[in-house]
Amino acid sequence: MNAFEYIRPLDEAEALRALAEPDTAALAGGTTLVDLMRLDVMQPKRVVDLGGLKLDAIDVKPGAITIGALASNTAVADHPEIKARFPALAEAIDAGASGQIRNMASVGGNLLQRTRCSYFRDTASPCNKREPGSGCAAIDGYNRMHAVIGGSRDCIAVHPSDMCVALMALDAVVHVKSASGGERVMPFVDLHTLPDDKPHIESTLTPGELITSIELRDSGFAKTSRYVKVRDRASFAFALASAAVGLEVAGGTINAARVALGGVATKPWREHAVEAQLVGKRASKDAFAGAAALALRGAEPRPDNAFKIALAKRVIARALELAGGLS
Amino acid sequence: MKPSVGTPIDRIDAVKKVTGRATYAADTEVTKVAHAVIATSPIGKGTIAALDIDAVRKQPGVLAVITHANAPHVTLKKQGNGPNERVLQLLQDAEVHYNDQPIAVVVADTLERAQHAASMLAPRFKTAGVLATLEQGLGSAHKPNGMVHGEPDSSRGSFDVGIAAAKHVVDATYTTPNENHNPMEPHATIAVWNGGDHVTLYDSTQGIFGVRQRIAEIFAIPKANVRVIDQFVGGGFGCKGTPWSHVALCALAAKVVNRPVKLAVTRPQMFSLVGHRPHTVQHVRLGADPTGKLLATEHAVTSETSMFDEFVEPSALQTRMLYACPNLITSHRLVGVDAPTPTFMRAPGESSGTFAIESAMDELAYLVGIDPIELRLRNYADKDEQENKPFSSKSLRQCYEQAAAKFGWSKRSPKPRSMRDGHELVGYGMATATYPANQWPASARATWRPDGTYLVQSGTQDLGTGTYTVMTQIAADELGVTTDKVTFELGDTAFPEAPVSGGSTTASSVGPAVKAACALLKLKVAAMTPADKAAGQPVTAEAASEVSPQRKQFSLHSFGADFVEVRVDEQLGQIRIARVVAAFATGKILNPKTANNQFVGGIVWGIGMALQEHTVRDRRTGRVVTRDLADYHVPVNADIPAIDVISIDEVDPHVNALGTKGIGEIGITGVTAAIANAVYHATGTRVRDLPITLDKVLV
Repeated sequence: MNAFEYIRPLDEAEALRALAEPDTAALAGGTTLVDLMRLDVMQPKRVVDLGGLKLDAIDVKPGAITIGALASNTAVADHPEIKARFPALAEAIDAGASGQIRNMASVGGNLLQRTRCSYFRDTASPCNKREPGSGCAAIDGYNRMHAVIGGSRDCIAVHPSDMCVALMALDAVVHVKSASGGERVMPFVDLHTLPDDKPHIESTLTPGELITSIELRDSGFAKTSRYVKVRDRASFAFALASAAVGLEVAGGTINAARVALGGVATKPWREHAVEAQLVGKRASKDAFAGAAALALRGAEPRPDNAFKIALAKRVIARALELAGGLS
Repeated sequence: MKPSVGTPIDRIDAVKKVTGRATYAADTEVTKVAHAVIATSPIGKGTIAALDIDAVRKQPGVLAVITHANAPHVTLKKQGNGPNERVLQLLQDAEVHYNDQPIAVVVADTLERAQHAASMLAPRFKTAGVLATLEQGLGSAHKPNGMVHGEPDSSRGSFDVGIAAAKHVVDATYTTPNENHNPMEPHATIAVWNGGDHVTLYDSTQGIFGVRQRIAEIFAIPKANVRVIDQFVGGGFGCKGTPWSHVALCALAAKVVNRPVKLAVTRPQMFSLVGHRPHTVQHVRLGADPTGKLLATEHAVTSETSMFDEFVEPSALQTRMLYACPNLITSHRLVGVDAPTPTFMRAPGESSGTFAIESAMDELAYLVGIDPIELRLRNYADKDEQENKPFSSKSLRQCYEQAAAKFGWSKRSPKPRSMRDGHELVGYGMATATYPANQWPASARATWRPDGTYLVQSGTQDLGTGTYTVMTQIAADELGVTTDKVTFELGDTAFPEAPVSGGSTTASSVGPAVKAACALLKLKVAAMTPADKAAGQPVTAEAASEVSPQRKQFSLHSFGADFVEVRVDEQLGQIRIARVVAAFATGKILNPKTANNQFVGGIVWGIGMALQEHTVRDRRTGRVVTRDLADYHVPVNADIPAIDVISIDEVDPHVNALGTKGIGEIGITGVTAAIANAVYHATGTRVRDLPITLDKVLV
């Protein structure tokens, strides 16, 4: 690990000023940053510890819940209003990592979690995400855990978050601030970018911008939402495929549907085609399987990970059955 | 007095461990200790062309940068041809034989400074092509020079005649992947030189005397000048059975900087510096008559070794004696790859070998159309047909009966995919477990102290298995006192010599020595007059135990049976183990509590080996891709169901003076096959390649 400067600002303005400096990383729970710094994968010159800021409130209002970026994953997953109104979010968080990590990890940090690609984490391997232009070791290497969709010639690393898959399906809104005094609000779907030829850029945040909160708005599909994750062991493993879904059903007919995938794509993956297929249909296992079959159109499987395509479709179907009360 | 042996007393060292007072090697406080970090190769084969030594040396706190260009000369040649010796990489030349091989050692005043400085090495190489996997080299398989036990090949009767007469034939290939031990405590060494030719090592090892021997050879000093101390080991499982490069590199670094040096192997380095279970490809052919009686058996094993050293995974050994069969051939072959040398890993041979032979027996049971237990009973071996010797004891029949009854095997509907519960397919599977009952010479010392307490010492190890506890029990019984009157010490080459703790031999080897030393001491104490006792001088007796001579007349093995219920999500493929019932007959049980811990631990590992463990090497570079415990999966608590172990006490007067057969290894054997057989029963898919990940059962 390199020597670095450590700053712990006590107010937001000071933190934003510090974050605007080059080679600076924000430290929240530290579950990604500290890990990657120990591996020499991230080598910031300055670390701005956000622990002194009061950004951990979970603000419950009729119609919406706003989660401070520094709220712990555990606090969110255990919150009774979130469990009742946005069950997929609680389930997704509980499906990730371990109890100890969830206690430390923040919601804002989870949004910007770095990939678990083994080549990214090993500085002896080429990786365009870690070292732009060095090449991608995964494309022709061991890629069982890698993305089948959303990849490029330069990167096929999976976005590892469970929580983000739920936020994608729940139409979350992200609140962002910057040193210049600017404040903006963006739909969650606009936060992450595809790797294309710049896999080292992972979000639409500009340098120095800080996520301050996530907003969730109540809906019929949010209330029924569920998260299903398939992995290589019962706990403490990243998804081979996961799905967050929500259904709004009236009189047996689907009025609205949300479907997002994890473990298979380079960013949290929304499946609009599956959603469109569901709307107007009677809620049934056949309808769910038929709609799920439309997922991952344009997928580019590799020898080690081709199984993920069929698996992801079945995960969607299972999640829809749970959301629709049919399983 | 009621004997302590056979009772489930708590671990003697438990309180120390849970309160953090157990001193593991790297915990030892040594003044002025410096920290060494091994820099390893990022390439799989080639020659070091350049290292930026100046950049490293310039970093704050750096005391030394040791590379092939400046390393002191040491003796690399193995003195003996023993199985416990490995060709080491001690910076004596510029050649790189495997990815993550040591290429430099950086010593600094703190660990962080050593780590940071080592990251500045910027090595450049002349690289060569890599043969990274066994499959790539299958065409070049060769016969090994030798094996630890037995010969590489065996033959009895005529396999060709037997197979030609068979009504039912299984002909299948099974594979097991490279796996790494990953004990909770990674290897660590502290080296303290006293003058130029005396050294003390605090080392996490399964064999302090093996370390002493090898370090003495490497530094060309008398064995007596090397002291190795190792009071607690946080798991070994075979990777700590032999001294690896880091032990000598630590001593070398301490010599160079002329002060004590600590070297702890990192978790990623655990995948390359300390051995692995080698990838095996096992071809099995079974031929049976219409009733299922075996007429012919072939078990041909090919396993990986390194290009520069030989290790044989003896996966076919158990097949030679497991079932009655007149015509049987086995063979072991090796393929050299550009990888580190493999080594012993829990139940080396039997854990990988029972996967193949016990899966094949299950396949045969389906072909014949009989219950898998019935097939095994029809082929029950009443003697070791290869050695033509009786078994010293064998209670396998009781293991099948008792485990099957407790499991509820009779409720199994034999047809695959015939049992389900909601969206889960249910499968029952069973397999036979076995491991040899070995014994080595050992010695121990017992001392009576004037306060009426006893000190018993032997240079053995406690890997977490319970050596402290059971030796205390053995000593107390022999001395006729309660266990609180006895202190047992181990892990110091200043104590009488004992063998490496491996191959389930510690209780069987050290136990008789402790018993003998205590018996001798008891006689001495009995002969003391009250005046002698009042004189306040301790009295000592030392004894060695030899390998029991009557062992030669018998075939000596432990046996067991594993029964497993799996649940497989029909749509999603997720496999979960719902319950395990196992029965083991392993001679005399010294302490049911520590024994159960060993059996259950072995079964847990068997679950991991069956479903998860896999060291993946990049085909292009030979570099391990799964280099931490996030990518290299072992079971978490949520993967492990209720495990019910039945221990069948046996009286075996032939194995050794205590009647113990050893319990460390047998728990893992058979489990992988029982799970594979249950997965077949649940899904109808026969998975012959470990690990059984869900993609292999998705239909």
